[in-house]
Amino acid sequence: MIQLIAFYAFASVVIASAAMVIFSRNPVHSVLWLILAFFNAAGLMVLVGAEFVAMLLVIVYVGAVAVLFLFVVMMLDIDFAELRAGFMKNLPLGILLAIILVCELVLGLGAMRAGSVELGQSISNATPDNVSNIEAMGQLLYTKYIFLFEAAGLILLVAMVGAIVLTNRKRSGVRPQNISDQVKRRPEEATRNAKPEVGKGVSL
Amino acid sequence: MSENDLFYTRPELILSFSSLFLLLIAAWFKEYGRLISYVAIVPLLGAGFYAFTILTNEAFEFGGDAFFGQYRADGFSSLSKLLIYGAAAITLLIAPRYLEKKSAMKAEFPVLILLACVGMGLMVSAVDLLTLYIGLELNSLAAYVLASFARDDEKSSEAGLKYFILGGLASGILLFGISLVYGFTGSTSFLAINEALSGELSMGATFAIVFVLAGMAFKISAAPFHMWTPDVYEGAPTPVTAFFASAPKVAATALLVRIAGEAFTSQIGAWQQIVIVVAIMSIVVGALGAIGQKSLKRLLAYSSINNIGFILIGLAAATQAGVAGLLLYLIIYVVMTLGGFICLMQLEDKDGNMRSTMDDVAGLSKHKPLLAAAFMVIMFSLAGIPPMFGFAGKLQVFQAAVAADLLPLAVIGIAASVIGAFYYLKVIKIMYFDDPANVIVGSDSKSLIWIGGILALFISPLGWLAFPTMLEWTEVAAAFLFVNG
Repeated sequence: MIQLIAFYAFASVVIASAAMVIFSRNPVHSVLWLILAFFNAAGLMVLVGAEFVAMLLVIVYVGAVAVLFLFVVMMLDIDFAELRAGFMKNLPLGILLAIILVCELVLGLGAMRAGSVELGQSISNATPDNVSNIEAMGQLLYTKYIFLFEAAGLILLVAMVGAIVLTNRKRSGVRPQNISDQVKRRPEEATRNAKPEVGKGVSL
Repeated sequence: MSENDLFYTRPELILSFSSLFLLLIAAWFKEYGRLISYVAIVPLLGAGFYAFTILTNEAFEFGGDAFFGQYRADGFSSLSKLLIYGAAAITLLIAPRYLEKKSAMKAEFPVLILLACVGMGLMVSAVDLLTLYIGLELNSLAAYVLASFARDDEKSSEAGLKYFILGGLASGILLFGISLVYGFTGSTSFLAINEALSGELSMGATFAIVFVLAGMAFKISAAPFHMWTPDVYEGAPTPVTAFFASAPKVAATALLVRIAGEAFTSQIGAWQQIVIVVAIMSIVVGALGAIGQKSLKRLLAYSSINNIGFILIGLAAATQAGVAGLLLYLIIYVVMTLGGFICLMQLEDKDGNMRSTMDDVAGLSKHKPLLAAAFMVIMFSLAGIPPMFGFAGKLQVFQAAVAADLLPLAVIGIAASVIGAFYYLKVIKIMYFDDPANVIVGSDSKSLIWIGGILALFISPLGWLAFPTMLEWTEVAAAFLFVNG
């Protein structure tokens, strides 16, 4: 029973917050709604016994992608003074969202203890008995798929090298400050005596 | 993991470790980019040596599987690897000087080329959908960076961005197909897929095959998925373009052949028509698109689309003879394309600027007879006019197509190659019979002249001397494809 309640709770919040992502006028709010949607999707994943996917959703989507979205959104031209003025007005909403999140976490954990929802018949058992699916995945990744796992590491390396190669460059025409040169400078290098003839001026 | 696994994957191990090592060196000795590029040829030779052993040693006649059937080292993969490593080595030889001139040389360039080679090695050795995808991405990611390597050049940045976005889209399509294949067969291994697909083909599985083929067609820039090719080839630095047009094409074509010849062999009827249509479209689009081009670089890009069409005819035959012809065509194609781009790189005016339009090369034969002759050999070869060696590849694929009862395909292909011949001959006509424009003084780089000369000699009628050896190799390489077809 508790799984069913949890399922409907998570599912309806996912749908509602996904709708709010589109409907809210403020892009920052949209991203926050998106984070709520991700959290609830993670809850759904826990319900079907895929805790690895759930964790991925929280770590990758909430932790990285959504934060990236936030950065992007914040770089857009948004009047933050106007936003802050509405903070007190939105505070109850924020608190409400926080409470919902906490309740769902408790509910999700409770539901997982009580066993998972059977959504459909799977052809074979995805994980061996008595092993959580993270552990099962780790066993596969580091044995059978070690070759591909390492190759995937190379892909990440290429991505990193590529990003650095393309963005890290010496700009011509800029004069950066070189502190050690400045400190090493002595008066006799910087000044010289000149006795210019009248009307000739000095050459610099 | 057994010793065998490490034994068979030696080319990839050598390349990965040396690329990591060179990456460290590149971090400390930034200004030695050219030297590091030359040093990077050594691991390519080493890896090529192992590939060569597997191709020629009869003890490896059946090839060998590594890592639980995810990777296979056999004649087919080894021949493709030799081509890939060769093209990469030539790129490393010709690129540093060009990039230095554009002040775009970075010590990471050879590292990226080596890592791309690892990816391409995985692609041609893939007998599992996962290996396929990881190899493809490794190669593509390196290629996106290489395309925009001259990043102060607007066109180069545009090329990189265009390649990245469209490449990402194609990867998505391919992945969609792969997940459908997995869904309908329950396996990612080519052999298991082949078994699961035998018998009645369901609608969903047909979709899966179509999506996988569409994704691959993008990677080999076959029409109607070719639209990125001219822009990317034009924008990327010329040596990088030479690399794109040779090595990744070999890898993606070999991969396509491997999928068709191992994973989908039991359903030849399902993909054969697609390959036939794509082949004809590529030939026609490549030929028609090239006619109006003013830039030789774009012309070569369309020429590569055109050539991919002929290469696919070999696959459409769906026989071992077809695959052998395809491999022979690939070898010749790589030499022709590299030769073409190297000749293009020698078109410098007296200020050292690169020129690449038709008007610049007018009357080239008057003041640079040897360069014009090399161009002529390459253009005749691309057009497939006997006695040039380029004719051999076309001959083999058309023979295979006729033998496989695909007479209409062969007839259309030959008819369309006449259209193609028009623009190749136009270049020769401009070089030999137009009034000299006198803007080209030629390059002073010895290596460009030598490599260009050797490649041109190889596809001149002299290449026929190598014909028997190449026939033998391609037959060995094709021996285990389409076995139950």
